[in-house]
Amino acid sequence: MEKRVTFDNRLLPYLLLAPQLLVTIVFFFWPAGQALYQSLLLPDPFGLGARFVWFSNFEYLFNDRYYLQAFVTTAVFTFFVTLVSMTVALFFAVLADQVIKGAGVYKTLLIWPYAVAPAVAGVMWLFMFQPSIGVLAFYMKALGVNWNPVLDSTQAMTLVIAAAAWKQISYNFLFFLAGLQAIPKSLIEAAAIDGAGRWHRFRTIIFPLLSPTTFFLLVVNIVYAFFETFGVIHTMTAGGPGRSTTILVYKVFSDGFVGQDLGSSAAQSVILMVVVGLLTIIQFRFIERRVHY
Amino acid sequence: MATISIKNITKSYGKTEVIHGVSLDVADGEFIVIVGPSGCGKSTLLRMVAGLERITGGTIEIGGRVVNDLEPRERDIAMVFQNYALYPHMSVFDNMAYGLKIANKSKDEIRERVGKAARMLQLEPYLERKPRALSGGQRQRVAMGRALVRDPAVFLFDEPLSNLDAKLRVQMRLEIKEMQRSVETTALYVTHDQVEAMTLADRLVVMNGGVAEQIDTPMAVYDRPATRFVAGFIGSPAMNIMKGAASGREFTLEGGTTLPLGEAALSGEGRPVLFGVRPEHLRLVPDSEASIRLKVRAIETLGADTLAHGRFDGAGAEGGEFIARLPGKTKLAEGDLLPLAMDPGSIHLFDAESGKRI
Amino acid sequence: MVEKRGFGTIFMHAVLILGIAIVCFPIYLTFVGSTVTHYDIVRVPMPLVPGPHFIENYTNALTAGINVPVGRMLFNSLVMAAGIAVGKIAISILSAYAIVYFRFPFRMLGFWAIFMTLMLPVEVRIVPTYEVAASLGLLNSYTGLVLPLIASATATFLFRQFFLTVPDELVEAARVDGAGPLRFFKDILLPLSTTNIAALFVILFIYGWNQFLWPLLITTKPEMNTIVMGLKQMMPSADDYGNWPVTMATAILAILPPVAVVVFMQRLFVKGLVETEK
Repeated sequence: MEKRVTFDNRLLPYLLLAPQLLVTIVFFFWPAGQALYQSLLLPDPFGLGARFVWFSNFEYLFNDRYYLQAFVTTAVFTFFVTLVSMTVALFFAVLADQVIKGAGVYKTLLIWPYAVAPAVAGVMWLFMFQPSIGVLAFYMKALGVNWNPVLDSTQAMTLVIAAAAWKQISYNFLFFLAGLQAIPKSLIEAAAIDGAGRWHRFRTIIFPLLSPTTFFLLVVNIVYAFFETFGVIHTMTAGGPGRSTTILVYKVFSDGFVGQDLGSSAAQSVILMVVVGLLTIIQFRFIERRVHY
Repeated sequence: MATISIKNITKSYGKTEVIHGVSLDVADGEFIVIVGPSGCGKSTLLRMVAGLERITGGTIEIGGRVVNDLEPRERDIAMVFQNYALYPHMSVFDNMAYGLKIANKSKDEIRERVGKAARMLQLEPYLERKPRALSGGQRQRVAMGRALVRDPAVFLFDEPLSNLDAKLRVQMRLEIKEMQRSVETTALYVTHDQVEAMTLADRLVVMNGGVAEQIDTPMAVYDRPATRFVAGFIGSPAMNIMKGAASGREFTLEGGTTLPLGEAALSGEGRPVLFGVRPEHLRLVPDSEASIRLKVRAIETLGADTLAHGRFDGAGAEGGEFIARLPGKTKLAEGDLLPLAMDPGSIHLFDAESGKRI
Repeated sequence: MVEKRGFGTIFMHAVLILGIAIVCFPIYLTFVGSTVTHYDIVRVPMPLVPGPHFIENYTNALTAGINVPVGRMLFNSLVMAAGIAVGKIAISILSAYAIVYFRFPFRMLGFWAIFMTLMLPVEVRIVPTYEVAASLGLLNSYTGLVLPLIASATATFLFRQFFLTVPDELVEAARVDGAGPLRFFKDILLPLSTTNIAALFVILFIYGWNQFLWPLLITTKPEMNTIVMGLKQMMPSADDYGNWPVTMATAILAILPPVAVVVFMQRLFVKGLVETEK
C-alpha cells in the first residue's frame, strides 16, 4: 500500500528519518555486527588480543554438552510455559465470555497481572515458595511434600515455569476473550439448535474458529518464554541448581558477563538471532495469510 | 478572478500517457464543467490545474501566469473535494479558517471572512461543531465555505456532489451555481453526471480516453455533438445510433431499411456512416407517414413521458435496440407496432471510421 | 446467546471468582508480606491477613530502602519508562511520516533497516550492546538507560499503518490551503494521531518500567538502579539477613504504577496491546 499523494522535498525526509536510523545503527547494527565479528574470534587467556578462528566457536558450542543441555532446558521450559498459560487463559476466557453480568469486572481483575514485570513475578513467587520462609512451601512440607527447589532441579523448573506462565495468563486471556467475542453468536445458536451440547459446541465450532488467535498466541508465547523470561530465571534460580534452569538467553548473559567467554557468548547471540528471525518470519507469514482470508 | 489557459496538456504515468494533449481557454468568471466517464482523465486534468499532479507536457496559465512549477498554494486556487476532506479534529470555523491562518491573516480579518462565508452558506449555527456532527449537506457547505473564504482566482470542484443523495444533490447544485454567480469567480467543475454538467456549465468539456472530444455550450453540445461518443454520452436516454450507409438523400441500415436523410444529405454513394436520432425527436404518426415501425418490448412510464423500448425489422443485427420518448399520455402495450417518424433536422450523422460528425 | 440455566451461571461465576483468587494470590501475599515484620515472615508460616506495619514498612522503604531509598529507584524507573515511551514515539512517528509521505532515494533501504530491528530483542545482543554503550560512556546515566532501548520497529509500523488509513484528500486539502509538510504534520497528522500515541504510550511505559536485564548491566551505582532490578538486589539471601517486609513493600511499589496504568487506562491499554502486536 502506498500513498497517492506525497510531498516533494529533498532534505526533509532524511532529517525525519535520521533520529531513528541513528539509534538503530548505533545500538542495533553496530552491536549485531560486533556479535557476528566476535563470534569468529577467540580471545587469548589474558584478554589482550584475539585470534580469528572462523567457525570454531560454533563448532565448540555444538559439541558443548552444557550448551546442548540449555537447548533442551529452553524447549522444556518454553513448552510448559506456553501450554500452561494458554490453557488456563483459554479456560477463563471461555467462562468470562459466557457470563453476562460482571464480565467487565472479571476482565479487569484478570488483566492487571500483565503489568507485573517478569523479575517482580519471580520475586513474588519465590516469596511464596522459598523453602525456608515461603508460606506455601511450608504448607506443602506440612502435607508431606519434600519441597526444596534450591536443590531439586525438577522442582526448580516447575517453579520458574509456574511464575513465568502466571505472568503471561493475562495477556493470553485478553486475546482469547477478544477472539471469542468475535465469533458470531448466531453460529453457536445454530449449533445449539442442531443439538450440540456445550462441550461439543466448544470442540467443533468455537475452538476451530479460534485457531487464528491460538496460533498467534502460540508464537507470541514462544517468543516470550525464549527471550522475556530472563528476569524470572535470574531472580528465582540464577540458572540453577546445577544448570537445570539455564535457558539460552540466560546462558548468553552468564557466559558473557559472569564467565567472560566473549567469543562463545557472541556465537550464542548469533544463533539466537537466527532463532528470532525464524520466529518473526513465521509470524509474518501467518499475518499475511490472516489478511487474505 | 482570472482566466485559465490550458495549452496542449499531457500527462503520463511512466510510459502510459493518460491525457493526450488537451487545450482549453477559460474566460474570467466562466463556469466550465468537465464531464466524462470514469477513467477519462477529467480528475487528473483538474488536479494538474490544482498543482496536485505534475504536468508532463504543455502549460497551464492562471491569470496570465504560467503555474506549471508552482505549489498549489502559490496558484491562487481553492478546491472542493469529493469526500469533502474536512479536517476531522477541527471545528467548522477552524476548517474554514485554516488556509487564512497559514497565510498569516489577522484574527479580525479571519473572523470577518469566515463569518461572511458562513452567512452565505447558512452555516452560522454550526461554526463550533466538529465535521462528524454535521449532515452530508452541511459538510458539503463547509467544504465550499473553505474554498470561499480564501477568495481565490479559481474554484476547482472534484465531483463534489457524488456523495450526496439525489434530492440534496439537486439542491446543492443550485447553491453552487448561485454562489459562483454571486462571487463571479472562474470555476472548473468535474463530474461524471451529465445532468449536473448540463445544468451548471457555461461551457462543457466532454472528455473521453484522455482527449477533449468537444468543448462548447451545453445546448451546442446537445444539438450538434461533435463525435459519436459525445452523442451517446450527453442526453438521457442516450441517442439511438445505427450503422448503415448513406447515399444521397437516403440512409440504408445494415438490415435493408431505408430512411430519408432530408437536409443531412451527403454527397457520394454508399459511404459507411453512423446514423443517430435522439429518442425525444421521434413522433408517433399515422401508419402511412411512418419511416420505421417499432416493435415494443418494454415500456417505462415516467409520468410526463413514456419510454418505448423495442426493435424494428430491417435494422440489422446491431442497431436494433431503439428507444422512443413519447408524450406521457400515449397509450401503449408490449407487442405493439409503433409507426414513428423523425424530423429531418434532428438527424445526426457520424463517420463510421473516425466517429466524427459529418 | 444460548441461554443458561441458573445453576450453570452460578457455577461459572464461582469458578471465575476462584480463578481470580488464585491468579491474584501472589500479589495479595506480597501485600500481606509488606504489612508485617521481618520476624513474622521468617517465623514460618507467615500470617495470611495484613498486619499493622503498613505505614512503617513503606516509609522505611521509600526513605531508606536497603541499598538506596526506593523513592530514588522509583524516580529512576519513571525517568526510564517515560523516556523510552516518549523517545520511541518521537523517533517512530517522524520516521513513519518520512516513509509514508515522501518519495526519496533509499526510502526502502531505510524502511528495511528499521524493520530488521523487529527481529532482535535486546536480550539477544546484550553483550555487544553493553560494550557499545560502555564505549560511548553511557554507564550509570539516564541516556544509557533510555537510548539503546528506543530503537524499535513496532511503533514505526503502528504509525505507518495508521498514516496509510488517513485519506489522501486531507493532504491535498492541506496543500491547497497552503500547508507545507511540517505544517501538515503539526496541524493535521499529529492531532489525528493522539489516540494512537496515547495507546502506544501506555504500552511502552509498561515495557520501559518492566525492563530488567538492561538496567542491571548499565547501572552499577545503587543510586541509578531502577526499582524492578533494584528489587532483586534487595532480596534477603539468608533468613537472618535483609528485610522481607521492606522488600515486599518495594515489590508492591514496583508494580503499582504499571498496574494503575493498565486498570485506569484499560481501553487505551487494550487498543495499544492489540495494535502493537498486529
